[in-house]
Amino acid sequence: MLNNRAELARPKAAVKVNVTEKWRRLLSEIWQYRLSYLFIAPFMLCFVAFILIPVLAAFGLSFTYFNAIEQPRFIGWQNFQYLISQDLLFLKYALPNTFKFAVIVGPGGYVAAFLLAWLITQLPAVLRKWFALAMYTPSLTAGIAMSIVWLPLLTGDRIGYLNSILLNLGAIDEPLLWVTDKKYLMNSMIVVTLWSSMGVGFLAMLAGILNVNQELYEAGRIDGMSSRLQEIWYVTIPSMKPQMLFGAVMAIVSTFKAGAIGVELSGTNPTPQYAGHLIINHIDDYGFIRFEMGYAAAVSVFLLILMYVSNKLCWGLFGTKEGE
Amino acid sequence: MRIPLPFKKKSKLNAMDGFQKVLVVLLVLFAIFMLLPLIYIFNHAFKPYNELFVYPPNIFVREPTVQNFMELFLVATSSTVPVTRYLFNSIVISASAVVLVTVVSALCAYPISKHKFPGHKIVFATIILTLMFAPEAVQIPRYLVVSHLGIMNTYFGHILPLLAMPVGVFLMKQFIDQVPGELLEAARIDGAPEFMVFLRIVMPVCLPAVATVAILTFQNSWSNVETSTLFMQDDEMKNFPFFLQTLTNNLANTVARQGAAAAAAVVMFLPNLIIFLTFQSKVIATMAHSGIK
Repeated sequence: MLNNRAELARPKAAVKVNVTEKWRRLLSEIWQYRLSYLFIAPFMLCFVAFILIPVLAAFGLSFTYFNAIEQPRFIGWQNFQYLISQDLLFLKYALPNTFKFAVIVGPGGYVAAFLLAWLITQLPAVLRKWFALAMYTPSLTAGIAMSIVWLPLLTGDRIGYLNSILLNLGAIDEPLLWVTDKKYLMNSMIVVTLWSSMGVGFLAMLAGILNVNQELYEAGRIDGMSSRLQEIWYVTIPSMKPQMLFGAVMAIVSTFKAGAIGVELSGTNPTPQYAGHLIINHIDDYGFIRFEMGYAAAVSVFLLILMYVSNKLCWGLFGTKEGE
Repeated sequence: MRIPLPFKKKSKLNAMDGFQKVLVVLLVLFAIFMLLPLIYIFNHAFKPYNELFVYPPNIFVREPTVQNFMELFLVATSSTVPVTRYLFNSIVISASAVVLVTVVSALCAYPISKHKFPGHKIVFATIILTLMFAPEAVQIPRYLVVSHLGIMNTYFGHILPLLAMPVGVFLMKQFIDQVPGELLEAARIDGAPEFMVFLRIVMPVCLPAVATVAILTFQNSWSNVETSTLFMQDDEMKNFPFFLQTLTNNLANTVARQGAAAAAAVVMFLPNLIIFLTFQSKVIATMAHSGIK
């Protein structure tokens, strides 16, 4: 009996020593890298204060009932239960709409950004700046462009540009309600968002393509590459993997975070028959119209999980291994 | 002067073929379509009132006037705080934000990419994760943090929240990943201290990223109304876009001050355009005559 106990005790002690030893080693390693920590300190301080703590607080709020006036009241998983089992608006409109929107706009905008960036780099250097400006303008002008270009274009009566063109061509018999009919609103939203999707991702890809080592193209040519498509596939994309990944992550983040677009186009909030209702609209609705902050926080946690999962997919495609 | 292209004339591969020419023509047409809002904004600001309300709107102005700008600045001078004060605030905030954000995010991205310090993966993962959080949900906690730090009604209250820009760090890190480790090793063997390595090797190679982050930060900070509405109670500490917002609020369907709003759009937009053109051409210039990498 005694013997047995002693035998049991021994490995435990060994583990203990191991753990303290590990800690010591970790601490000395941390001390070795003190310069690295000094480098990241300025950013990390701001990051923790203005992003990490608020985000953690929002996580906490998602388990409470909070109306922004009284103290938050802890209610456990209730918000999430309600979200995935009873919130009909969310399940019937916000979720499928967001998926449809994201699946088309995300990859579509991403491919378009890469293609445009590549085409621009093929032009003479003097022209590049102006083409880059042209493609980036929609992101620069954002809200202004919306009311000036798209609203008159998509107006639902005869004077709307698109309607009058189509009527003249004889393609349609009567004006279509591009932004107020639930049949067309989603498609209009997708087109407009694609138009303005040449944002950060596009700039990064442009810089990335310009950053590719020109000698690689020479080498490729010597090895017998005979078309531009081959160049793109075997040289350009592999040597700008980090930028491709950045573009992909930004595409996901911006498409899932898009929300105002439907409201801006149709001019009503919520959009007609919830045709353009996205998850972000849902968060806005609960957070700033009904003042149920706890529930709004729960919805945004759900959105975060959704984005995280789609991001994992991108890292799988474009992520580089450590030390590569 | 002819600008020598990196390739062309060297092999048949890069001679402009018919397909390529068609593509360029299409691209030009597409670019004109994309540039429409820009052209429109400038024309819109110079339209007299009777042209502003034509529907559907004309793109080009017929009888240009500067009446709209006059109106904007007349309204501005009659308010309690002079408009120059708002402009001054905006310029101070944007300028310091651009400089600080680029420096701070590059400083943070370098060790994450090149030093394998304990915890670098966690740090980076957290940055990526928070990138995905919907900003709507964090407004209230953010307000609490700012009020506890006691930086309300100061320039810190404007600038510090802008410094935490995960996109900047992410982008920088992606570029620094491309810098070969051997290059840094060689510099260290030659006796360069870590900061020198960062300044002399990492930064020049990542100029495209620096320019991109600068453009982004400027866009962010120049049009940022959030800090003014939430963290600033004194009117003197608010910035120009906030002032414009109060000026043009609820304008959607009214006639009054539409002209001022159109002029304000130009005032808001012009600096963005200038910053974009300067930084973007810097990127392209560095790329054209240097064999870095």
